[in-house]
Amino acid sequence: MDVSDHDILLVGGGAAGLRAAIAAAEVHPKLSIAVVSKVYPMRSHTVSAEGGAAGVIKADDSLDEHAYDTISGGDWLCDQDAVEAFVKEAPLELVQLERWGCPWSREPDGHIAVRAFGGMKKKRTWFAADKTGFHMLHTLFQTTLKYEPIARYDEWFVTKLLVDDGRVLGVVAIELMSGRVQAITARAVVLCTGGCGRVFPFTTNANIKNGDGMALAYRAGAPLKDMEFVQYHPTGLPFTGILVTEAARAEGGYLLNKEGYRYLQDYNLGTPEPKPVLRSMELGPRDRLSQAFVKEEQKGRTLTTPYGSVVHLDLRHLGERTINLKLPFVRELCLKYQNLDPVKELIPVRPVVHYMMGGVSTDVDGCTPLPGLYAAGEVACVSINGANRLGSNSLAECLVFGRRAGRAAALFASEQRVHHRNALAQAHDEQKRLESQFLQKSGGRERVAAIREQMQATVEASAGIYREEPSLTRAAAKLRELQERAEDVSLDDHSHTFNTELQSALELGFMLDVAESIVECALHRSESRGAHQRTDYPARDDGNFLAHSLLFRNEDGSSRIAYMPVKITQWPPGERIYGRPQEPARETTAAVDQSRQDKQSLPARRAS
Amino acid sequence: MGESIVLEIARYSPERDAEPHLETYEVPLRKEWVVLDALNHIKDKIDGSLTYRWSCRMGICGSCGVMVNGEPKLGCATFLSSYAGRKRVRVEPLRYFPIVRDLVTELGDFLAKLKKVKPWLIRTDGPLLREGEYLQTPEQLDDYRQLSMCINCTLCYSACPVVGLDALFVGPAAIALAQRYNKDSRDRGAKERTLILAHPDGIWGCTFVGECTRVCPQHVDPAGAIQQYKVGSALAWFEGLIMPKKRRKTEDRHGAAAD
Repeated sequence: MDVSDHDILLVGGGAAGLRAAIAAAEVHPKLSIAVVSKVYPMRSHTVSAEGGAAGVIKADDSLDEHAYDTISGGDWLCDQDAVEAFVKEAPLELVQLERWGCPWSREPDGHIAVRAFGGMKKKRTWFAADKTGFHMLHTLFQTTLKYEPIARYDEWFVTKLLVDDGRVLGVVAIELMSGRVQAITARAVVLCTGGCGRVFPFTTNANIKNGDGMALAYRAGAPLKDMEFVQYHPTGLPFTGILVTEAARAEGGYLLNKEGYRYLQDYNLGTPEPKPVLRSMELGPRDRLSQAFVKEEQKGRTLTTPYGSVVHLDLRHLGERTINLKLPFVRELCLKYQNLDPVKELIPVRPVVHYMMGGVSTDVDGCTPLPGLYAAGEVACVSINGANRLGSNSLAECLVFGRRAGRAAALFASEQRVHHRNALAQAHDEQKRLESQFLQKSGGRERVAAIREQMQATVEASAGIYREEPSLTRAAAKLRELQERAEDVSLDDHSHTFNTELQSALELGFMLDVAESIVECALHRSESRGAHQRTDYPARDDGNFLAHSLLFRNEDGSSRIAYMPVKITQWPPGERIYGRPQEPARETTAAVDQSRQDKQSLPARRAS
Repeated sequence: MGESIVLEIARYSPERDAEPHLETYEVPLRKEWVVLDALNHIKDKIDGSLTYRWSCRMGICGSCGVMVNGEPKLGCATFLSSYAGRKRVRVEPLRYFPIVRDLVTELGDFLAKLKKVKPWLIRTDGPLLREGEYLQTPEQLDDYRQLSMCINCTLCYSACPVVGLDALFVGPAAIALAQRYNKDSRDRGAKERTLILAHPDGIWGCTFVGECTRVCPQHVDPAGAIQQYKVGSALAWFEGLIMPKKRRKTEDRHGAAAD
């Protein structure tokens, strides 16, 4: 068996992975860096992001306001030191992307244009029409091509982290084209594998979003943080789950129930105005909008389709010119996939699983508790997103924390000696497991697709927009059963060349672990906060749960949960106010001033 | 069960087959199903060994290009219902690429060609990051915006007769990408790229059939980019013809600088 060796491995070639690779290359040109990705980097899911990336750049805006919007949007579960670092570095990172050629949309005078976004009090979302993620990813990918030290393992699927005595030493991966299993050793590994939307049946996430990195880290002994916080985006197209970007509402789109009524006004989100109002109505945060949809559905005020209830997104009043200029992809997707023209027709939409706030627990430099293991982007939980991420913070997060993690990993790797004891033996064991459990096995009775469908239905039914104890308990038992049945999977495909069925079976294993972690964390958090709404515990409980859930894996596959206090620097927990002419800015300023004066932060009460 | 449709799918496994062959599968004909949904149906319910690439299912990741009835298409953007009257729908791997297995083609050569045209912003005089962005007006953005839309799906390579005849031809998407940077007001690298594009395997390979533009799902118009470039670089080409030594020297110098 071959072993190849690098100083730093990036697992995943999306925005976070590529940004980390460049950051590592800039620490020292002599470092050997490799990006290992199960798809060609330009296929990574960053490509699907539409609306934009947040970073303060205009004169009327401030870092404190971006931080406050993020923290209140996250229902005070964000670590405020991380948020402060994030808002400070985001604009520089977005300028950096501009220098690398990203075709950001512009003002007539040539400066960067910004648009409004949900939960943001100022316009600070940079955009490249409504294909922002696509342009960022291709700009990053094309830029990495000029860095000779960055090697690529395209279409290599990582099945396991190499761990020796708690220290991460590389990965075991399958080269899909040949089926060859190989150890790739490294001084530091950075997980940048993105989210896990495919754990649910109805998601905006691409087929490749299986929580790989979360499961890899969890199995290696790193804790997962805040996995109960799953974001539903309020506007997905029925059947396909294709996202209609929040930018559609930022440009002035309305959400209408079946009576043509802007129903959000009934949910403490403000009063309807003809033009978009920041932090109000359709520009409220995603958790509150998705929850309002469910309430509206319960009142019988949604429309019924073969693919579930829907409401309407109305863009008609924006006019063809604005739609073509600002939202061309929305129009293209509606025409192509929904056979309707948003210039003239209403768009049917329903909430759709979109983003995982939780992930591999890291500090502000992407370090996990395991030496040698780092994580950045959606796979990680720093946490800047708390209980509910604001739209356009995640692309900027990939850049800011991709750079930080890449840099930290490079500095760590520079100080380490080559050290890969047991790597070869572990890779041999992994190869044997793949052969005996999948490729050589005969007589298994289960199909990958059948277990996957049952898992998705189970998670949706228990850990959807609203949750309660009995269904979560049942789901936990069902997922345990599916874990056991997954051991009995039988493949049709026993060949080594590009075996996508083997890959699906391994991805199913990752997803089952992630599904269990979501349900487990949701079961233990007996409060409602942000995207985690418990009908049996409808109130936020700062006394017990101003804390991150940390889920650890035990040797026998079971889990144990612990809580870690949220870091509060300047913004003590308060009420989330949207759509009211409140004084959050002044209140915030007062709180900030006070906190700066006495240099004391509110101590977080720890949950037992 | 309602209506159905028959797919003929090219199957090939290097471990088993000497060459590709067709197998037929009957799948439900649902109005919201695209070709990719049919492939997923077959993989999940009928034959788990069917092999193809896919990811975003929204026409932006560029993974799922296949030949459908002889035309290069994105599997996720091609509705089964548009073939409803036909007896069979034939699905094959993208033409002119080596086949890895079933519908999966080899992309290494394509990626090498992309890299060859230096698809990154070339400029050395930039101000510090904290001094802010380069200015670029919406009109300047419009000069290259459409060329920046390429999703690397490689449909244009399967449509291009020159790619079929000459494996060295750098090809439509790579030329369009080079031109995307050449036309970006922030870029200073057009001269460097000329050395690559003015080569016989560069733009002059193109016989202007225009098929690349016709099949492009993002309306990038590679044929237009190539034509524009031909006009723009005619001078460099003539210099190369009249003074071949001078051109070779320039190339050598450039090669040394790059090392």
